[in-house]
Amino acid sequence: MNLDTTTTASGGRLDAQIPLTLDASNVSVSFRSPRGGWNTVVDSIGLGLERSQVTVLLGESGSGKTVFARTITGMAHPAAKVEGTVEFDGVDLLTADRRALRRLHGDRIGMVPQDPNSSLDPMRRIGGQITETLLQHGKVPNRAAAVARATELLTLVHIAEPERVLHNYPHEISGGMRQRVAIAIAICCEPELIIADEPSSALDASVGVQVVRLLDDLRVRMETAILFITHDIGIAALIASKPHDRVAVMLGGRIVELGFAHQVLHNAQHEYTRALLAAEPSANTARGELAVVPDEVRMRRDWGPLRDVEPGHAVASTSQEVTA
Amino acid sequence: MSSVLAADGIVKRFGAFTALDRVSFRLERGRTLGVVGESGSGKSTLGRIVMRLMAPDAGVVTLGDDDLLSMSERQLRMARRRIQLVPQDPRHALNPTMTVQQSLAFQLRAQGIPSREWQARSVELLARVSLTADYLHAYPHELSGGQAQRIAIARAIANNPEVIVADEAVSALDKSVQAQVLNTFAELQSDLGVALFFISHDLAVVEHISDDVLVLNRGQVVESGPTRAVLDDPKDPYTRVLLDARHSAEAV
Repeated sequence: MNLDTTTTASGGRLDAQIPLTLDASNVSVSFRSPRGGWNTVVDSIGLGLERSQVTVLLGESGSGKTVFARTITGMAHPAAKVEGTVEFDGVDLLTADRRALRRLHGDRIGMVPQDPNSSLDPMRRIGGQITETLLQHGKVPNRAAAVARATELLTLVHIAEPERVLHNYPHEISGGMRQRVAIAIAICCEPELIIADEPSSALDASVGVQVVRLLDDLRVRMETAILFITHDIGIAALIASKPHDRVAVMLGGRIVELGFAHQVLHNAQHEYTRALLAAEPSANTARGELAVVPDEVRMRRDWGPLRDVEPGHAVASTSQEVTA
Repeated sequence: MSSVLAADGIVKRFGAFTALDRVSFRLERGRTLGVVGESGSGKSTLGRIVMRLMAPDAGVVTLGDDDLLSMSERQLRMARRRIQLVPQDPRHALNPTMTVQQSLAFQLRAQGIPSREWQARSVELLARVSLTADYLHAYPHELSGGQAQRIAIARAIANNPEVIVADEAVSALDKSVQAQVLNTFAELQSDLGVALFFISHDLAVVEHISDDVLVLNRGQVVESGPTRAVLDDPKDPYTRVLLDARHSAEAV
């Protein structure tokens, strides 16, 4: 296993004997700045994803979480300068050609988008969109088998009357149902990895919770690795439901804290994570006295590398500690 | 205690769809009424009606002692100063071609405040929302989301309103910034006695900031009362669904 400086922290590695589903090392992404030079949006991140494990990327807007997730699945922005390696079953997804990626996407790597409207074709019936994916990746011998499998999949994502929904267009069903259809498409080929980018944040809370629970349930049954991106601490706690699930806190293109969910959410060690948790509004905090994340912390970029503070729990030190 | 804003029996229909069905509430001076519900519950429609940006099909809205719905346009212009809106996306609410100072001066001039006082008064307003005078010359696109939202609040309080209608005013903000804006609202309330009509889908935020809550489901008030009483012991199944969604997200 490749353990460079950014991944030396054990950061919730379950069992070093089991190969990682996806192993990202030293991934950096930069964009050309309009003022010349490069803006680094993702800064040497190492992260391994294991089967049956949820890894939450928790970060605020601009932290680089979406850019990182897109990049490690081989969908970097064309204008981006990408460094590092991302190993998935012996293939480096950062250098793989388009054909290889097309075979993997939808088959072994499933994606659940924030807005299902952006991934579903508004002009085509739900059924056709699911069967197309199944047929394209050779998962079923013929159309009849594809329709039968699509019906099963819709049942699996708790859609009542799946036969009817197969004939619906996306606009004819609710937002929560559209997101469940998007999940059905993401899992139709039984992928080893699911990337879910804020899959509940465009939905009403009660519907969003159902969608998150569904993903949680599916990964247990299918032993899928999930990379789950969110800005919402409550949702992070909900999806990271098993003791071995992890949370990675992103700030300014770096992972500043990584560990099992209970370690990061209940025993946070990094000052940014602590401040972020303290800023959660609650009835227990007097009005006007919510903790505010200090700008010095939020804007700071010179954090040191991740260091283990306890087994499975790593925290980016401050650079003073590093030089000391 | 007399209310600063009250509604009685508000009905609003869009064709065959009833967006609001006999909705009533009272908001007292310096208090916060949290209006909760999911999308389609009618909470934003209610916000528009209490500002008379939209007319209801039935019902009464009173601002202090005045009947808001029977006012002439001229009376309404005066009344609108007393009830100000802070919307979800402040960048839509601020004029992109005006600096912060120009936006604030626009409000101050409308109140007949002499121009020599605009500068000092603007700095004062910025201080109220914890921003320095440096921001006077900034344009909206140069502000972060949290800064822009605080400018929108400063502009709202420039009119010395009795009520601020906040429609998902912190929903689009990052958590770290959201806390600042919530603190700003709380300070205004204790310093100026302004009442808040706080519309939000986020129960944690509402629980933090509200004295009373109004739970809307499909246009009907399914539950209302003091925040603690309603949220600690919800009587309505819909309120329980909303609370469940939050509690399951909070428990690790």
